[in-house]
Amino acid sequence: MNQSEFLNMVMPFKDKVFRFSKRLLVSTEEAEDATQELFLKLWKNREKISSYKNVEAFAMTMTKNYCFDRLKSKQASNLSLVHSNYKENGTSLDKKTNLNDSVSIVHQLIAKLPEQQRMIIQLRDVEQYEYEEIGKMLDIKQTAVRVALSRARKTIREKLIKQHNYGIN
Amino acid sequence: MGSIKIEQLIEKYLDAETTLKEEAVLQDYFVNSKVAPHLEEYRALFGYFAESKNERYTKTIQLKTQKKNWKWLSVAASVVLLFSVYTGYNNIQPSEPEFSDAEIAEAQIAFEELKGAFQILSKNLDKGTAAIGYLGEYETTTNKIFKQPVK
Repeated sequence: MNQSEFLNMVMPFKDKVFRFSKRLLVSTEEAEDATQELFLKLWKNREKISSYKNVEAFAMTMTKNYCFDRLKSKQASNLSLVHSNYKENGTSLDKKTNLNDSVSIVHQLIAKLPEQQRMIIQLRDVEQYEYEEIGKMLDIKQTAVRVALSRARKTIREKLIKQHNYGIN
Repeated sequence: MGSIKIEQLIEKYLDAETTLKEEAVLQDYFVNSKVAPHLEEYRALFGYFAESKNERYTKTIQLKTQKKNWKWLSVAASVVLLFSVYTGYNNIQPSEPEFSDAEIAEAQIAFEELKGAFQILSKNLDKGTAAIGYLGEYETTTNKIFKQPVK
């Protein structure tokens, strides 16, 4: 496999990898580094890749594992990943979310969810993968995906209604 | 689409029982049409999902292959080195017995002449060193005449 063949294969899901790692790592820069690192890993393993049926799902699993490793090493070095630790260097989305309050509230609500639920919300509601695919990516059962997803959606809804009614931040 | 149908879909959505198609219907409803007031909070949710999808990885992916090239370069260099040593060795080896007897004799004569020349040179050098011997005598006599500085 040469470079251009490889790039043609991985380009369709590079944004998904980036968004997924951003959901986990929070900071845009960290997510960019993770994306770059991940594609380098895929490139190095390109011989193996061709034997996988679903390269995209494989890439998402790798992304998850890589981000978890990053998070662990952050914790080990006493650097907690709090949202305020990072200056977002204004991507279009960040600017928009600042403008649009209710949308940025959703962003914060998702950020507060447990990791597993956050990942599933991202993979389902943003990237629109099938339950089966998500199950494979995260190495859990389909029913577990549904349970976590339902919990996450209900949590977000409850908090949104609360904020809607009382305007509490 | 009526809000009753949407409410039913929302129920299914919250229980994570909707299909991707149904979720697309919900998304379309909340993003593009006028939303019933009691469903207002979902607009933010689906609006956020729709917007998140637009975020792009804007940097170019770099596949560092230069590292590998350097490795191959060093391999190539060592091959060239080995080859040149090998050919150089082969060039030196057969060159020795190629001299004819006349050449050897000539070289012998040249060697003898050179030896004679060096002998003459060394004799003259010996003369020079013998002359330097007098200087030692000069030193001892001056030491007798002049007072040595007391330390």
